[in-house]
Amino acid sequence: MNVEAALAVHRFGLGAGRRDLEAMRGDPRGWLKSQLGSVAPLVQPFAQQKSTGQVLRDLPSMREAAAKSADDQVKLQQMGREMFLNEMRPWMRNAFETQVPFLERYVWFWSNHFTISVLKARMVFFAGSYEREAIRPMVLGKFEDLLISTVRHPAMLVYLDNAFSIGPDSPAGKFVGKGLNENHAREIMELHTLGVDGGYTQADVIELAKILTGWSMVRGDNVDSATGFKYFENRHQPGTKTLLGKTYADAGEREGQDALRDLARHPATARHIATKLARHFVADEPPPQAVARLERVFRDTGGDLKALALALIDEPAAWQSALTKMRTPIEYVVAAIRLFGGVQDALGDQQFKGLAESLRVMGQIPFTAQSPKGWPDVASGWAGPAAIMERAQWAHALAERIPNKPDAVVLADAALGPLLSPPTREALKLAADPTQGLALLLASPEFQRR
Amino acid sequence: MTLDRRTLIQSAVGAAVLGMAAPRFSFAATPGDRRFIVVILRGALDGLAAVPPHGDPDYARARGAVALPNDAIINLDGFYGLNAKLPTFKALWDQKQLAIVHAVCSPYRDRSHFDGQNVIETGGIRPAPTGDGWLNRALGPLGVSDPKLALAIAQAVPVILQGKREVSSWMPPQLPAVDDDFLARLKTMYARDPELRSALDRAMEVGAVANASGGGDMQSNAQALRGGRGYRFEPLAKMAANIIAANDGPRITVMEVGGWDTHQGQGTTQGVLAFVLDGLDKGVKVLSEALKPIWDRTTILFFTEFGRTVAANGSNGTDHGMASVAFVAGGAVSGGRVLGQWPSLKQSALYEGRDLMPTTDLRAVFKGVLADHMRMARAQVDGIFPDAGAVAPLGGLIRI
Repeated sequence: MNVEAALAVHRFGLGAGRRDLEAMRGDPRGWLKSQLGSVAPLVQPFAQQKSTGQVLRDLPSMREAAAKSADDQVKLQQMGREMFLNEMRPWMRNAFETQVPFLERYVWFWSNHFTISVLKARMVFFAGSYEREAIRPMVLGKFEDLLISTVRHPAMLVYLDNAFSIGPDSPAGKFVGKGLNENHAREIMELHTLGVDGGYTQADVIELAKILTGWSMVRGDNVDSATGFKYFENRHQPGTKTLLGKTYADAGEREGQDALRDLARHPATARHIATKLARHFVADEPPPQAVARLERVFRDTGGDLKALALALIDEPAAWQSALTKMRTPIEYVVAAIRLFGGVQDALGDQQFKGLAESLRVMGQIPFTAQSPKGWPDVASGWAGPAAIMERAQWAHALAERIPNKPDAVVLADAALGPLLSPPTREALKLAADPTQGLALLLASPEFQRR
Repeated sequence: MTLDRRTLIQSAVGAAVLGMAAPRFSFAATPGDRRFIVVILRGALDGLAAVPPHGDPDYARARGAVALPNDAIINLDGFYGLNAKLPTFKALWDQKQLAIVHAVCSPYRDRSHFDGQNVIETGGIRPAPTGDGWLNRALGPLGVSDPKLALAIAQAVPVILQGKREVSSWMPPQLPAVDDDFLARLKTMYARDPELRSALDRAMEVGAVANASGGGDMQSNAQALRGGRGYRFEPLAKMAANIIAANDGPRITVMEVGGWDTHQGQGTTQGVLAFVLDGLDKGVKVLSEALKPIWDRTTILFFTEFGRTVAANGSNGTDHGMASVAFVAGGAVSGGRVLGQWPSLKQSALYEGRDLMPTTDLRAVFKGVLADHMRMARAQVDGIFPDAGAVAPLGGLIRI
């Protein structure tokens, strides 16, 4: 394995999987590019899962069933938890087995960019379906379509409260005396498009909130779409709105579509996205030239996400051999399991619980980010003393559980190739026993970084 | 307080390395045994709900759906009250161990959580690159050169404690410990990766303290940490208290409590905010009891990135606002008082017509605690907040 092949699996992918190196056939860049053909492999593993529309349709009856038990809120939470676990199982399994690991990482990047989190109570019902419906099918299309698909998804509408925002001068607003909730509008500009220095003001936040009034959802028998999204004209703030100096005539739902497309095409958005993408795949402090190149591609192609992924593969800075990025706990656990050949057969209950527990201890259960900003994407978020000790302990615990322990040096050579430094290789060779050797490999800088 | 020779030498060397005009010998430049605990309330605490100004004639009108009913307010001084979910805070108030600063805000005047938190942690005027927190900048002048004396109870060191000086972080152990031989080998392996190496060194030091101070019920309490963020503070406080209260425990400790971003369903006597306030109060109770041995030399400072809108929004919640409240609690505190000028809730007095008007710069509180509690000279305090030379330390927060 040469350096490029090793970087392709580790920096771009999910670690050295059983089949990755064979599939590459000596052409790492070609292998990465070949993953960008279609979103089918991203979507197909989840074909059996319930749609958000179905969940929303079932919610009232679940509530009813829960109300029959003594502590109905607790019961409902249990149902939500059950549902969440049923989503996480295929999610994890897919992470171990996917044949398009770069594309999967790309999904994770966008899923984190457009974060939702079950730390907000009701989100537990929507976490899995959100990513499946709003993110996965969209990551090879246009950024503006991805943006709109997240803004229209009930999960995001609930997470950032737009579902409950009502135009104060709309018929519904006058009737119930309720008003705007500006949370979602702010995060769209601050986190999802322009970036915090993107030149918007508090007045713009309020205007975008007005534009998005009426974007909400329904439950029970009223659900008539795959996601349950519904636009309520009677909640929509009437009148023209002015966002970033541009006037939007009173046009109901269309206003939101137009405004979001304008935000997506804004030059500040191109810079914001290019910076985040380079930070994720290249370095915590990405080289300005790399950011500039990605930014140009974003602008030249009107935010074409496939072109952006190709540009990343062609980015010279992404092929520097020094490993500077820390793997996040999810990336770390997935890489470790792939190192040992993936999970055996069906992801059994015990295995699944163990993996979920591992992620919990290391602080990164999927869909549990602390804030709408998502998971940290720099080492300082994951390499604190407490975190590094936990990884060391976890590495050791996993090594103890590996049956028929393979030789650490052989495994390291196969998985890391030339990325494995001679001193680390020496340390593995000198390990006291096979368990310690594997634990050292898992805890090595070369394996914790990518 | 006794000064040993080693401490004196360390602090002198520290000052020289930092290129500061080393004071001839001020006690302020030594790590005494005074303890300073910072609790960052992330997500923007609604100061008007935590410390309701129920004597303001506009209170009920201005707050609308989120105005607290009278029976949900514990009266403090006829004008200010405490949210009824904060009985421990009231007990501390009665013992004159809780001071409150109201209508307080950092210089940041936008409404992004992330930038707002950056500003309260870097201590400047506007968001700055992370990695240069003001508490880390204070370590040099305080003479705290031993990394385990500056501790974050967190998986990742928060920005406020990041910087040139090495610090520690700790979370309750949840996995089986590893043997010393493995750790020694890891250390060697990390020799060429300074980031991992220093993280591991710090973790091993704090781990030794935790073990020595007998974290008896740590494993069982680790169970309690499994919940969401709102109710994690109490169990976390329980486990961290052993380390903080240890004889040679950290002089500087940072903790974090989330869950304050109450856009939806904030409520009054019930609702999201009541729940999180309750968790905070219980955690403070645990801390105040467990820290008894060091309580008379302890100050705990609670603050948040900004406040929330005065009026309720459309969903029984509040949006991002401006001024909020800061709490200063501990045995060293001169409490039983609310400091800061009250700006009024009249519509015309609100910031941008919607938020509580800031009247006290949060940095004045930071400076006041550093100066009076940690015994730092004004010039040193000013050096930590170079953009705040004109902001005088808020005096009168500390008893002795």
